[in-house]
Amino acid sequence: MLPDNLNIITLVSIGAHPTSGRARRAEQDARAVELGLRLAGDKLQVLHAGNPADEALRAYLGMGLSELTVLEQPSHGDALPLLNSYLKDAGAQLVLTGSQAETGEGSGMLPFLLAEQLGWPLVVGLAEVEKIENGMAQVLQALPRGQRRRLKVRLPFIACVDNAAPTARQSAFGPARRGQLQACEVAVVDDSLLVDAHFQPARPRPKRLKVIKAKTGAERMKAATAKAAGGGGQVLKDVSPQAGAEAIFKLLVEEGMLR
Amino acid sequence: MSDIIRRDPRAEWIARNRLHPLHAAMQTAQTSWMGPNGIVRKNPHVVGFIGPNGLKRIDRSGAQQGGSGKRATASAVVQLPLHVIEQPAFYIAVVPDMIGGRLSSHDKDLLGLANKLAGSDGAVVAVVFGEHKETAFDTAGVDRLLQIEGELFEGYAPEQRVLALSAVESQLAPRHWLLPDSRTGGGELGRRLAAKLGERPATRVWQVAEGQCIGRAGAGREDLVRSAPRLILAAVECAEPVSDTRHEVRQVELLDQIARNLPRIEDLGAVAVDPALIPMAEAEFILSGGNGVKDWTQFHQAAAALGATEGASRVAVDDGFMPRNRQVGATGTWVTARVYMAVGISGAIQHLQGIGACDKVIAINLDPGCDMIKRADLSVIGDSAAILAALIERVTAYRQGGARDAA
Repeated sequence: MLPDNLNIITLVSIGAHPTSGRARRAEQDARAVELGLRLAGDKLQVLHAGNPADEALRAYLGMGLSELTVLEQPSHGDALPLLNSYLKDAGAQLVLTGSQAETGEGSGMLPFLLAEQLGWPLVVGLAEVEKIENGMAQVLQALPRGQRRRLKVRLPFIACVDNAAPTARQSAFGPARRGQLQACEVAVVDDSLLVDAHFQPARPRPKRLKVIKAKTGAERMKAATAKAAGGGGQVLKDVSPQAGAEAIFKLLVEEGMLR
Repeated sequence: MSDIIRRDPRAEWIARNRLHPLHAAMQTAQTSWMGPNGIVRKNPHVVGFIGPNGLKRIDRSGAQQGGSGKRATASAVVQLPLHVIEQPAFYIAVVPDMIGGRLSSHDKDLLGLANKLAGSDGAVVAVVFGEHKETAFDTAGVDRLLQIEGELFEGYAPEQRVLALSAVESQLAPRHWLLPDSRTGGGELGRRLAAKLGERPATRVWQVAEGQCIGRAGAGREDLVRSAPRLILAAVECAEPVSDTRHEVRQVELLDQIARNLPRIEDLGAVAVDPALIPMAEAEFILSGGNGVKDWTQFHQAAAALGATEGASRVAVDDGFMPRNRQVGATGTWVTARVYMAVGISGAIQHLQGIGACDKVIAINLDPGCDMIKRADLSVIGDSAAILAALIERVTAYRQGGARDAA
């Protein structure tokens, strides 16, 4: 159900291991590459804005890519204008990204800003592309609690994937060495964020205390010993099974549980 | 019931009649009096009352008076003081997620943060799309409520919602926009709004104080400290929810027409997902069986008919009717379902701990006195097999009727 000449670009970034902080391929970006490889095979283009000498980029090449384009810029640069001008002329039908970066600000705004500036629709939480025909794509969107939603979206569009997308394949050493990193010289734009903001090591968040605003000892005692009580729950006694089932059915419909 | 103290002539008569069997119970127990020498005398034997299990109890708070004294009237619900903002100096706009049409705990935290930012001059305006079922907007801290209704906003319509929010922006020009940074919609809507308004938002914010906000950055190993921007996407527990004021939920109308756009993303509706594949900790609807379930084949049928994820109590797992990974409770999985249906589970405290985060609990049980019924929002007393059979029948009829309507 997929056309042969599909032009897909995946945007990748450098990730950081959650415990050690070592540079690695970013988890969600690797999933985006995996999804792109499944859709476009060898013709997938992968794009990175940053330092082309970074060894962690080779982990993406090790997934079976022959080359990776790097828009060269220092780490404090703003990637958005570079990517915007590149994508304007690239003629891509689908741009895949992760949902948020593992290093730096990690606000997850990049796909939203790109979509706004390019005037393309944006799909959040892409899980699967079912078919692409007549300039429309039918995709599955991942929702919380394991649910899925089917969407129909016009090409070209931007999609960001999260952890519901297929797991990324392993990176192999040989292809990672053989792959080409193509550096492009572009004008560097500085990011205005770090003028008034600074990073600090993440503090563990304080655990929320259960504050009991009791005025008397009896109230405090009651709050400390109270069992989980729903209070005014409705109890149906001595009803026929049909009437009971009807009441349950009504509540399920009201809560939207029967789809 | 009014607080007027009424005389009970019969009780007075019994108190006078020493031969009456209830005479002792009707004695007004005098605990202290002035003695003849001007010393206050006390009778310690009449202090307290006989508790439900026959032991004497002394309650020194004075709240409870067993036996004697005037008949207790139902204590009136304490009204929290009303917080009125007649002419707001500025607005703080909040767009709650409203999962299932109600404020989630994340939404309430966010409203608490909004009230902190609003102080005593600003008004918190909540923007709600479509119908809602919430009844406690006032105690959650909503000064103004802006409801945006219409077919265009139903289902998945983020682009249309962003247009509506930009209409709110041009009408109220709120000082801050607050959205929950959640996967259920707030995170996406907030980022779309930020892109539309051209604001750089602060994301995953967990503390806002003195004009500075702290949010998680990257993969969570660093925090980003910055001055609070106009648009804040806040994480859970970003502030304490409002607890000691009541707010007037004054309705606000949008004056301008909301611009329409041709939707570029079409919602084709939810896709049926195999409920058995959803991890139980995050399943939305769980049908759980316990010792009271005798017909397990029918139980599995019911789960399939309802489209529910299956769970079980410890007894059912120990008896081998369900696998261990389906156990709900302290030693099993702590579930977060929106609707939890307990069939034949009496509700041991370990089980009730496991379902503490569930919104609605439905109980089907033979014993009307069990703990699960006290926890449940709806309980049906009766034979579980008969009720499940009736429920399967009802749901099947509903599904077929729906299919006929669609065709």
